[in-house]
Amino acid sequence: MAVATETPPRVSPARRARSRALARFVRHRLALFGLGAIIVLVLLCAVGPYIWPYNDLRIDIRHRFAEPFMSAHILGADALGRDLFARLMIAGRVSLTVGFAAMAISTVIGTFVGTIAGYFGGAIGSMLMRFVDAVLCFPSIFLLLALAAFVQPNLFTITLVIAATAWMEVARVVEAQIRSLRERDFALAAKVLGASDAHIMFHELLPNAVAPIVVASTLNVARAILLEAYVSFLGYGIQPPTPSWGNMLNNAQEYLATAPWLALLPGLFIILAVTGFNFVGDGLRDALDPRLDIT
Amino acid sequence: MTQPRQMDPGALLQVDDLSVRFRSDAGVVSALNGVSFAVRSGETVALVGESGSGKSVTSLAIMRLTPSPPGCQVGGHVWLRGTDGVPLDLLALPSEAMRKVRGDRIAMIFQEPMTSLNPVLTIGEQIAEAIAVHRGTARASAWDAAGDLLELVGIPEPRARLATYPHHLSGGMRQRVMIAIALSCDPALLIADEPTTALDVTVQAQILDLLRRLQKRTGMAVIFITHNLGVVAEIADRVMVMYAGRIVEQAAMRTLFQAPRMPYTVKLMHSVPRLQIGGERVVLEAIPGSVPDPTNLPPGCAFAPRCSHAAEGRCDAVSPALEEVGAGHFVRCVRWREIADGVGR
Amino acid sequence: MTRFLLRRLAQSLVLLWLVSVIGFAVLHLAPGGPLAEFTLIPGMTTAQLKLIAHQMGLDRPLPVQYWEWFRRMLAGNWGRSYRDSQPVLYVIAAHLWPTLELMVSSTVIAILLGTWVGVLGAIRRYSVFDYLATVGAMIALSIPTFWFGLVVIYIFSVKLAWLPAGNLYTIGNGSFLDYAVHLISPSIVLALVTIAIWSRYLRASMLEVVNQDYIRTARAKGVPEQTILFRHTIRNALLPMITIAGLQLPTLLSGALVTETVFTWPGMGRLFLDSIGYRDYPVVMGILMFSAVLVLLGNLAADLLYAAADPRIRLD
Repeated sequence: MAVATETPPRVSPARRARSRALARFVRHRLALFGLGAIIVLVLLCAVGPYIWPYNDLRIDIRHRFAEPFMSAHILGADALGRDLFARLMIAGRVSLTVGFAAMAISTVIGTFVGTIAGYFGGAIGSMLMRFVDAVLCFPSIFLLLALAAFVQPNLFTITLVIAATAWMEVARVVEAQIRSLRERDFALAAKVLGASDAHIMFHELLPNAVAPIVVASTLNVARAILLEAYVSFLGYGIQPPTPSWGNMLNNAQEYLATAPWLALLPGLFIILAVTGFNFVGDGLRDALDPRLDIT
Repeated sequence: MTQPRQMDPGALLQVDDLSVRFRSDAGVVSALNGVSFAVRSGETVALVGESGSGKSVTSLAIMRLTPSPPGCQVGGHVWLRGTDGVPLDLLALPSEAMRKVRGDRIAMIFQEPMTSLNPVLTIGEQIAEAIAVHRGTARASAWDAAGDLLELVGIPEPRARLATYPHHLSGGMRQRVMIAIALSCDPALLIADEPTTALDVTVQAQILDLLRRLQKRTGMAVIFITHNLGVVAEIADRVMVMYAGRIVEQAAMRTLFQAPRMPYTVKLMHSVPRLQIGGERVVLEAIPGSVPDPTNLPPGCAFAPRCSHAAEGRCDAVSPALEEVGAGHFVRCVRWREIADGVGR
Repeated sequence: MTRFLLRRLAQSLVLLWLVSVIGFAVLHLAPGGPLAEFTLIPGMTTAQLKLIAHQMGLDRPLPVQYWEWFRRMLAGNWGRSYRDSQPVLYVIAAHLWPTLELMVSSTVIAILLGTWVGVLGAIRRYSVFDYLATVGAMIALSIPTFWFGLVVIYIFSVKLAWLPAGNLYTIGNGSFLDYAVHLISPSIVLALVTIAIWSRYLRASMLEVVNQDYIRTARAKGVPEQTILFRHTIRNALLPMITIAGLQLPTLLSGALVTETVFTWPGMGRLFLDSIGYRDYPVVMGILMFSAVLVLLGNLAADLLYAAADPRIRLD
């Protein structure tokens, strides 16, 4: 019996099916890896400083630029001899806190704007969404720096400023979801029964939009951590001596030739955290709503 | 394996024991199970059946265009008489040789004229491409030939149309363009997969008329796939009825309409509305039940679960063989004789 | 076509207006508002400030102030830099070219590489290459641009000493080659994110086109696979990418700012950062508005280009 397989002819059907299954598995594994990375990082930053013998602020001139793995400073020391690992853990507290807090605020703003715009539609809805479009016209780093330049930078203001530049995506996602849900039977039924607009919006419709909100918020944590790193690296975010992953890279460029680990290590922590949230967000998108997947 | 089996001397295309299986999440889908038939030069054979019966898969398998992503296995033989008279097994051809057959010896038109043309290429480019691919013709003369083809398929102002894009044309006009592409290399066989289904009734009639005229002119054979028995009556010389990936009845068009033997064919005819003036009222019957799950076909006759003549222990036991019940009339039913003699119920 | 054009133009004008409202609001957020300029001058008294405020019309209702400000913006009067008293638009124009150069060269790199990765990922779906591209793109989107810049400098400038660590050119050497060599590292750094985004979207777009009926038609015509890929599939898959490219402009500008900082590249991004350092609010505001307008125009241009490239748009 002749067997023909089409385009590409060399791959057997069995192999193709196997690799499809593999695709799902790998996808899932990436999300698990991301979750694992986040848990490890959070635990490390929360508990680590209590266990680790070095303090993040203790200056130890004898160990300036200690190389990683060469002394008790396992990840080396910076220009003032401060233990890098201790600093990375404390910086992680700051960066992760800013990330989570900015996510929470931007999710609340975005959900609120998106719900109002999606529910009322018409002039209010389109005006709100055009406003979202207009904010998105500003490159986020420019807007972020302009706002940050006007405020006294501290943990709280930086979080607010980041949230102010990161809520638009959530608003778009929620608006689209609410707009499509608004015409469904249960919303109309609630309306006929005399429920108030606020009740329909926040009790009937919003719970049905939780899945995309969760996905968008997870990706927003990644975004917020990155934005904090950018603005702190550029000198307008978290101010020394409080370390953050971004501001630890502040002066690292000067020492690139002599102490490259000062630049590499904080970056790796940022990448690990951001990748973690991106993987989890992507996995959640696959799991909660496969139609949203662009891949 | 590639040694040509005895190919019917009159046949242009001979399909032997063609089977197609897809691997899906639900299990292995048996889309086609041992389909065999032949098509002679110049004749029109209609493939009839409900959706999911395997008509389209048959045509795609002949062209080797079955969709690749769901791991798809095609088995059997498809013999095509080459220009030199020597039979070629299409399923065993290297893909490059098969590509040269497509659009040249065998051409195909599809159900959806609205989406079957590339939206960003002009009509002229799309017709000329087919000519250039197979004839290596220079651009200018391919363009000229494309204009002639548009004229042939009855498109007004053919030469001006060459530079327009598909979205400028109606569905009927686009289907004419598809036919022009199909005819560009004088194929010996045209496979028309529900070419009129998506069109208005009046446009349908025009397209059928066009196909008939062109066939007379070029002498090509046509495999016409449809679920519309009215269309079959208008165009076919012979009819093959398909059900659950098998041919269940095969006969000359008149024979089939006058004396259908397979209970499924009978039911299919009764489910078609007919316009009758002054005649007795015909009650429209829907066929009870639905097409069987292709991942889990019944062990016996696939139609048995829906058949009012089904006999326990016989119809559901073994899959019936295709039996010759008259000259060129074949039926896949163990009880055809009893039913014909009127002792069916 | 005309209707499409008019609709897009109207939408852009509404957006432009909203952008200006946001810009105006941000300006008034500044400590001291538009008066900040004068509060910095030593010896300035409250009474004098009040007088200036009156002269500048700051005691008038906000809508009136907005209208005055907006009119001046439209007329090209964007104020003067505190640092050197040059008109803001002039200062921006002087720094625009290096930024554009960087953006164009990185976009060219990104489109070439991203197209290659995206197309190959789509035609070899679920292959090892496809996985690496998928995971690689997600990691690339998680890398801070400045960090990637530092890594590139460390490898290619510090360790290998193949490429300069920054600047537009070597002082005293104005050759084309010298310019080109300086452009390599920052372009690659800026391209990373765009490559990731472009390849992901193109892969998705390719996978959509591959299943279209007209691809099956091309196959039924006997068109060789190579020709189907280039003439039919990629061509159609690239169409929606025009819009995607337009939407990437804000990200690209943000990336340019960071890249310019790392590579001491004298462009608009660096100017922006320096101006923030000097509290040079007119320039900060100017660049903020300018970049938003640039993004707006970029999106409009992408839409027009899309309309020109897709014959179907001409209908409405």
